[in-house]
Amino acid sequence: MRRAALPGLALSLLLSCAGHQQSTVDPAGPQSGKIDTLWWSFFWLLGVIFVIVMAVLLLTLTRRQPDTEQELLESTHKPSEQTDSRIRRVVVGATIVTILTLFVLIVASVGTGKAIADLSFKKNPLTIQVTGIQWWWQIQYMSSDPSQTLVTANELHIPVGRPIQILGLSQDVIHSFWVPNLHGKRDLIPSHTTNEWIEADRPGVYRGQCAEFCGLQHAHMVLWVIAEPEDKFEAWMRAQLQPAVSPSSPDTQRGQQVFLNHACIYCHQIRGTTAAGQNAPDLTHFGSRRGIAANTVPNTKGNLAGWIVDPQTKKPGNHMATIAVNSTDLQPLVDYLESLK
Amino acid sequence: MIATQDLAPQIPNQAEEIEQLQRSWRHPRGVLGWLSYTTHQAIGMRYIVTAFIMLLAGGIEALLMRTQLARPDNNFLSPDKYNQIFTTHGTTMMFLFAVPMMEGMAVYLIPLMCGTRNVAFPRLNAFGYWMFLFGVLFLYWGVFTNAAPDMGWFAYPPLSGPQYTPGKRTDYWAQMITFTEVSALCVATEIIATIFKMRAPGMSLNRMPLYVWSMLIQSFMVIFAMPAVVVASSYLLSDRTIATHFVNPAEGGDPILYQHVFWFFGHPEVYIIFLPALGFVSAIVVAHSRREIFGYTAMVLAQVANGFIAFGLWVHHMFATGLPQIGEAYFTASSMMIAITSGVQIFCWLATLWAGKPRLTAALHFVYGFVAIFVLGGLTGVVLASVPLDWQVHDTYFVVAHFHYVLIGGALFPLFGAFYHWFPKMTGRLMNEKLGKLNFWVLFIGFNLTFFPMHILGLKGMPRRVYTYPTEMGWEQSSFIATVGAYVIALGGILFIANVLSSRRFGAMAGNNPWSADSLEWATASPPKSYNFEYLPMVTSRYPLWVQRSERAFVTGLRSDRREALVTTLMDAEPHHRYVLPTSSIWPFITAVAVSIGFAGSIFNPWYLTWGSVLSGLALIGWFWPRRPVELES
Amino acid sequence: MRIGASVLCIALLLAAACQREKRDIRPSPTNLAIYDDAAKQSTLRPGGPITPQPVVRNPYNSSGYDISEGQRLFQWYNCNGCHANGGGGIGPPLIKTEWIYGGEPANIFDTIVKGRPNGMPAWGGRIPEYQIWQIVTYVRSMNGQQPTSAMPVRADTIETNPQNIVNRVPGQTK
Repeated sequence: MRRAALPGLALSLLLSCAGHQQSTVDPAGPQSGKIDTLWWSFFWLLGVIFVIVMAVLLLTLTRRQPDTEQELLESTHKPSEQTDSRIRRVVVGATIVTILTLFVLIVASVGTGKAIADLSFKKNPLTIQVTGIQWWWQIQYMSSDPSQTLVTANELHIPVGRPIQILGLSQDVIHSFWVPNLHGKRDLIPSHTTNEWIEADRPGVYRGQCAEFCGLQHAHMVLWVIAEPEDKFEAWMRAQLQPAVSPSSPDTQRGQQVFLNHACIYCHQIRGTTAAGQNAPDLTHFGSRRGIAANTVPNTKGNLAGWIVDPQTKKPGNHMATIAVNSTDLQPLVDYLESLK
Repeated sequence: MIATQDLAPQIPNQAEEIEQLQRSWRHPRGVLGWLSYTTHQAIGMRYIVTAFIMLLAGGIEALLMRTQLARPDNNFLSPDKYNQIFTTHGTTMMFLFAVPMMEGMAVYLIPLMCGTRNVAFPRLNAFGYWMFLFGVLFLYWGVFTNAAPDMGWFAYPPLSGPQYTPGKRTDYWAQMITFTEVSALCVATEIIATIFKMRAPGMSLNRMPLYVWSMLIQSFMVIFAMPAVVVASSYLLSDRTIATHFVNPAEGGDPILYQHVFWFFGHPEVYIIFLPALGFVSAIVVAHSRREIFGYTAMVLAQVANGFIAFGLWVHHMFATGLPQIGEAYFTASSMMIAITSGVQIFCWLATLWAGKPRLTAALHFVYGFVAIFVLGGLTGVVLASVPLDWQVHDTYFVVAHFHYVLIGGALFPLFGAFYHWFPKMTGRLMNEKLGKLNFWVLFIGFNLTFFPMHILGLKGMPRRVYTYPTEMGWEQSSFIATVGAYVIALGGILFIANVLSSRRFGAMAGNNPWSADSLEWATASPPKSYNFEYLPMVTSRYPLWVQRSERAFVTGLRSDRREALVTTLMDAEPHHRYVLPTSSIWPFITAVAVSIGFAGSIFNPWYLTWGSVLSGLALIGWFWPRRPVELES
Repeated sequence: MRIGASVLCIALLLAAACQREKRDIRPSPTNLAIYDDAAKQSTLRPGGPITPQPVVRNPYNSSGYDISEGQRLFQWYNCNGCHANGGGGIGPPLIKTEWIYGGEPANIFDTIVKGRPNGMPAWGGRIPEYQIWQIVTYVRSMNGQQPTSAMPVRADTIETNPQNIVNRVPGQTK
């Protein structure tokens, strides 16, 4: 009946997960691939066990005792020795099967964990430090050469096929770095540095989200991981390492003046200008990013204008001040920020 | 009157003894009298009613949450309100409903099942209830003054620290824990003492009903687990009120310390909730399938193992924090091992049902529902025990689905079964069976509608504790179904309340033993008199009421002009000595008020601890002032 | 029984007006309008006193959330650079009883908005008024002028100075 329909419903709903953003069953990397395989083996094995137990449960309803058993139960509340010893064998057998099954699952699980650990520390890694801050992501590309280190926010570009070491930090409360298509989650804990290795098998845009409750806007702390071929990635890095694009038109020049004369500089940094605030996302190449405010809204001129005028609409409780910007200043400012490709 | 228990009519002075019993066990009158009750049925009933109101409160909070999440980008609740509501929902259900409800049922049933007159420490029992009630009032005062906790029911620092949760919200939460765990420790202590030392003569340990075993093990678990949450909440409280640095990372504290200490309590806590439910299931299965339990020894050992292993699992809540691999492997193994003990119990119940004569009462419906739901929840628990899988589904709706399956399936369904099973005993009237079966189906369907889609949502990447989600994620459909299911559960709750209220008035009279059940509570009147049994029974079998009438025996010789019970030995329950039970007393209430003043005020000003201690000391002096046992004038 | 229940309900609803837990994420601008001079030092002027100025109250008085926000902004806008967690350095200490320009909330607001001679920048027009009031409330809390139930006892950062000093002055109430 309903219990039998459940696995069927489950299967159809689960299969609808495939090919979806931020899905744990749509792996795009070796780590998440191994976890996906493990998941499906658990699912089928445990699903069979569930069906068997439910079948036995339903069968208890249909049992009709033979006459002697009925009389025995009436008088002694105990069935015959024969029945009991048969049941004992079944129960002991079921217990042994349970133990063996769990043992198999433990071995599979520990084996997968080890296989994933073996994917770490491969050659030629790229090290990226991700710092969780209420309610955005600070991304730092580490390098032994200081001129090759890069600070950006809320968006991670990685080369396809190269192992990436994510160093996880937090500046305030516990967050969690989670990009389901690539790997499981790793908490970002203040005073700790956690370590996770990810790798993308194929180019794509993968969505991640903070997975540890971190306050008012935990729901809007989204991260994009963009996996690109090595050459595209190098080109992106080179562009990002440049200081900010100088404003060329009078409109964008005006916009830069507006930016530098308002409270924006107390929190935001645009390398190549005098704005050097460290409290909020780096805006040096803001125009090249996909989203605003940890990807709460897509990065369009309209959304940006709305965000600047009233950050509390889309992300109430976030730490950006509601700065008064004149209507004549707003358009140039938006143009300027969008020009920072 | 004599028909309330089957007695051989040769006991001299029977009528006079019974009349004296009624007078010495009479409840005092008036408001002050009501505050002084120490009989276990009264206190147990108070726990049950208060905890049920908390279930309703938690349910309303859940409905509010689900309403907000029914549509993407919904603005029914602001993020601040949503955070307060989901935290209060979890806190209410875990601390103010689940544990106290199980305690209340135990306080009511254990003395009856053990064949004695009251718990071992009646005034402590009353004190425990008042502390629980004051904890409820304390937290809900915070809820109604915009100071409901908002940092998640497990309150991880630094989010719950002084900088990131300003105001008094977390302080209300942390101090409420103190109230409830004092209450839990009181009940645990007296349950252990009652079970060990006040069983009916002849009820050796291997003749105890399985529910009594569950409560015994659970009470030991409470004693070992609750201090851990005292410590964790004290770290938080002192960090927030007196500038300590236990969990302040900047000054050398460690947020992970809090997580370890909290989960060392937190994991046994769910087994503390779950074990009494297993006892309910055993009692109902035995009574309603009218056969002895299959594998009594295996059941007992499985529960004991469950109790022990439960303390070795806690790190599975922390698999994403970057632990060493060997540690993770150990906790995977232990988390999966506990499935064996639960599995053995399920097999034994299925075996009992298979070879018994199950009578499909409403209570048994709930047991069937329990097996279906709990097994699914247990299997998703095995998934979560695996570290790589947990890395993907931790802190997602998959976990929400898992724990609701094991908690609602594993504890709430047996609890409803227990209500349907013992309602006749507690009120003297039968609940409406038809309405009960409808109640079951509505709850079962509503529950699965609500929580099954959450497995899908978790696998699709929806994290927990988000007040909204964008349209493009594809979570809308499952979320909407879940919300509809939540309202169906609410309907089930309403049906239950309707059944209770109408059955109390119009239900069929139950008599002593409507189910022809086996355990001692069914040997006396429904509802039981405040002294439980006119003459304490003796037992010679595991299923006392399934023994021939002519073979039943009773204890005579206990004084009836004062409150007396019989203390027996631990292993074989041989009579040892007579024990004078205290009569009604206002001191537990006064002590609870004094202690509560100390606790409640201390989050505002540390001086309240001092003055509270002084007042509590005075109250305890009043409580323990040596008195003669209260006797009736002959 | 019913009377008791309804009294309890009303009491609970009244208690909902508790100021300490008020959180105003979207402050209305009209609540925070700056007057010409937030606090005049004196009402004496030639030609006799003029009609009294409206009293400017601190809208975030006793609000725990806003004291916490003030603490955050104190760090973010680098007030620490001159005032070092209240102990002073380049600038004067902010934990004191004798205020040069007045220690009332309106005076501190004025100081922050208009700046002061010898180095205090003028923040008015740069940062929104509601944030200035939050900083004002935080500075007041440093001096024990806010209820202890609304003040954080410490921050989750390294303690360089005691954040909040109370009972420092004999007779000063909390």
